[in-house]
Amino acid sequence: MRPVIETKSLTKDYVMGELIVRALRGVDFKVAAGEFVSIMGASGSGKSTLMNVLGCLDEPTSGDYYLDGADVSGLTRDQYAEIRNQRLGFVFQTYNLLARTSALDNVELPLFYDHSSRIDDPRASAIEALERVGLADRLDHEPNELSGGQQQRVAIARALVNRPSIILADEPTGNLDSRTSVDVMSVFQDLNDQGITILLVTHEPDIAEYTKRIIVMRDGRIVGDRPVWDRRSATKDLDAMPAADDLYLSDDPTREGLVRT
Amino acid sequence: MKRFRRLLRVASRSILKNRMRSLLTSLGVIIGVAAVIVMVGIGAGAQADVEAQISSLGVNSIIIFPERGHSGNVSLGAGTKNKLTLEDAQRIEEEATLLAGVSPIVRTGAQIIGGSGNWSTSVYGVSPAYLDIRAWKLESGEMFTDRDVRVKAKVALLGKTIIDELFDGNDPIGEQIRVRNTPFKVIGTLGEKGQSPWGSDYDDVVLVPVTTGLYRLAGGRYISMINVSAASLEESDAAIDEVTEILRNSHRLRPDEEDGFRIYSQADLMETATETQRVMTLLLGAVAAVSLVVGGIGIMNIMLVSVTERTREIGIRLAVGARSADVLAQFLTESVVLSLVGGAIGTALAYSVTHVLNNVVGMTTVVRPAVVFLAFGFAAVIGVFFGYYPARKAAMLNPIDALRYE
Ligand SMILES: Nc1ncnc2c1ncn2[C@@H]1O[C@H](COP(=O)(O)OP(=O)(O)OP(=O)(O)O)[C@@H](O)[C@H]1O
Ligand SMILES: [Mg+2]
Repeated sequence: MRPVIETKSLTKDYVMGELIVRALRGVDFKVAAGEFVSIMGASGSGKSTLMNVLGCLDEPTSGDYYLDGADVSGLTRDQYAEIRNQRLGFVFQTYNLLARTSALDNVELPLFYDHSSRIDDPRASAIEALERVGLADRLDHEPNELSGGQQQRVAIARALVNRPSIILADEPTGNLDSRTSVDVMSVFQDLNDQGITILLVTHEPDIAEYTKRIIVMRDGRIVGDRPVWDRRSATKDLDAMPAADDLYLSDDPTREGLVRT
Repeated sequence: MKRFRRLLRVASRSILKNRMRSLLTSLGVIIGVAAVIVMVGIGAGAQADVEAQISSLGVNSIIIFPERGHSGNVSLGAGTKNKLTLEDAQRIEEEATLLAGVSPIVRTGAQIIGGSGNWSTSVYGVSPAYLDIRAWKLESGEMFTDRDVRVKAKVALLGKTIIDELFDGNDPIGEQIRVRNTPFKVIGTLGEKGQSPWGSDYDDVVLVPVTTGLYRLAGGRYISMINVSAASLEESDAAIDEVTEILRNSHRLRPDEEDGFRIYSQADLMETATETQRVMTLLLGAVAAVSLVVGGIGIMNIMLVSVTERTREIGIRLAVGARSADVLAQFLTESVVLSLVGGAIGTALAYSVTHVLNNVVGMTTVVRPAVVFLAFGFAAVIGVFFGYYPARKAAMLNPIDALRYE
C-alpha cells in the first residue's frame, strides 16, 4: 500500500546551553493508509518528539518527512498551519481544550481556521463530530464540567472535525482509568474502520492490543516493529466489562473474572 | 466581511469569557482617558474664566500711565514731561482718530461715610466715557454728564461692594455720602464686576467726575492715568502709536527724549494672562498624560500576567491550524475592542465628572473634543500595543513550545 507517512533518518536535537539532547537519532519508518499503529517505549525514548514532528507541531533537525508522498520539510509556517488544519488531527494526553469554552465551540475551532471552505456548515460538522464520539448530549458543557474521558472525546472530536486522513494521539489514555481508556479506544477503532490512519503513543500493552501494529522506540530509534497478532475489539470488551462501580459493590468474587476475559 | 464578523465574534467571546481580565485591562484605559479629559478640562476652564474676566474689562481698553521711574521730586525740573494732565487727555480726545472713548482718571484713596457706617476705598475721578471704555454697566440711576464734569459736581456712583458695606445692599440713590467730609449725592450704582485676574475687587470703588476728583479731592494738577478705548481690537496697536505721538507732541518731546509714560493695552494683558493659563493647562495635561501612561502600564501588567494562559491558548489555536496572522488578528481585535470600550467608558466618566464640577462644585471646566480624541486615541494605541505585543511573541513560537509554555 502507498505510504501516507514516511520518514528517512529523522533526527531531532534539543540544544540546552552546552548540552545537546538527541531525542531522535535517525527514525526510518513508513505507515500505510488505513493503518493503526501504536508507538511504545520507555519514558524519554523520543515518542512524543516523534509525534510532534509528524504532527508538524515541531520541526526536525535533519532528515526527510513525506506526507502523502510529498516532502514537507522546510515549508513556511503558514504551510505547516494548513497541513495541521487540513490533513492532521492531534490528540494530546492533557486534552488541551480551550478553557471556559463549550465542547461545541472547542470542536468547531479548527474549522474557524479552515481557509479552504471545504465544509459548508461548521456548526453542523462540529455537532456531527461530537455525535461520533458519543457526546451529542454535552454540546454546551465547558471542559471543567466534563470528566477526563469526556474531555478526551471532545479533543478527539476536534481532531476529526476537519476530516483529516491521519490522527496522531500522544498518550490519549494516559490520564484515564482503564474502563474509560477502553472506551476511548473503541472510538479510535471506529474511526480507523472508517479509513482514518491512526498513530498512537501508549505505555500500556493492553491498549496497544487494540491497534494493528506496534512500534517500539529506545533512545531515539525504532528498535521493534511488529503486527498485533490477535487484535482486540474495544466495543466487545466494553460490553463484557462491568460498570466500574459494580466491581467494588459486588460480593461475588467470580464476577471479577469478567474484567479480563 | 464574513471573516471579519467571525473575528469580532471570537474576540468578543474571548473578552466575555474572561470578564475579570477584560475589566482590569479596560480599567487602565478608563482611568487614563478620564484623567486626561478632566484635567485638561479644568485647565481650559480656568483659561476661559480669565479670558471672560479680561474681556469683561473691555478688550479694546488701553491705559496710559506716567513713567514711574521719573516721578516725584527727582524730575520736577523737567516740568510736566513725565506727568499726565487733563490737557493731555483733552488733546488725545481732540486729535485721535482711532479711539472710541477717552477718560482721564484721578485715583484717590479715601475714607467715606454714609448710610450705616464708614469705609475705606478708592475714589476714581473719571469722565462720562469711562463706563463704555471699561464695558461697565449701570445697575441703576445714571452716569454723570459732561456738564457735571465742567461744574465739578459733587455726585457719585457706587460699586456693589460699597453698597453692601454702607447700605446693606439697599438702593442708595439720592442718599448722601461724605468723602473726606465733602458731601456727595449718589446718582447711580454700578453693575457687579467681580474680581480682577489679580485678585482685587473691582466693585470696591466710587466714581466721581474727574474734575471733582482732581480739584476737590486730590487737590492737584496731575491725573493718575488716562484710559482710552480703541475703535476696534485690530487697530489697537495703531491706536497706541497714535496716542504715543499725540502725547509726545503734547509734552514737546524731542526725538531723542524718552516717552515719560507707559501704555498698556488690555489685549497685551490678556495675552500674558492666557499665556500663563496655557502653561497651566499644559502642566495639567502632562499630569494627565502620566496617568494615561500609568494606566497603560496597568494594561501591560494584566496582559503579561495572563501571558501563560494566553500562550497556551495560542498554542492550541496554532496546533489546530491557525496561522500566526489569524491569532494576531484575533488578539488585535480583542485589544482594540477593549481599548475602545474602555475609552468610551472613560469619556462618559469624564463628562459626568466635569458635569458635577460645573454644576455642583461650581467650577468651570471646558471639555474640548480635540482633547477627547487625543486621550481616546492615545489610550487605544497603548491598549492595542500591550495587548498585541505579548500575543505576537507567542504567535511566533512553535506550536509545541507555545503549548508547553510555563
Ligand atoms: N523541549 C525540550 N527541550 C529539551 N529536551 C527535551 C524537550 N522535549 C523533550 N526533550 C528530551 O527529549 C527526550 C525525548 O523526550 P520525549 O518527550 O520525546 O520522550 P517520550 O518518549 O515522549 O517520554 P514519555 O513516555 O515520558 O512521554 C527526553 O530525553 C527529553 O528530556
Ligand atoms: Mg511523551
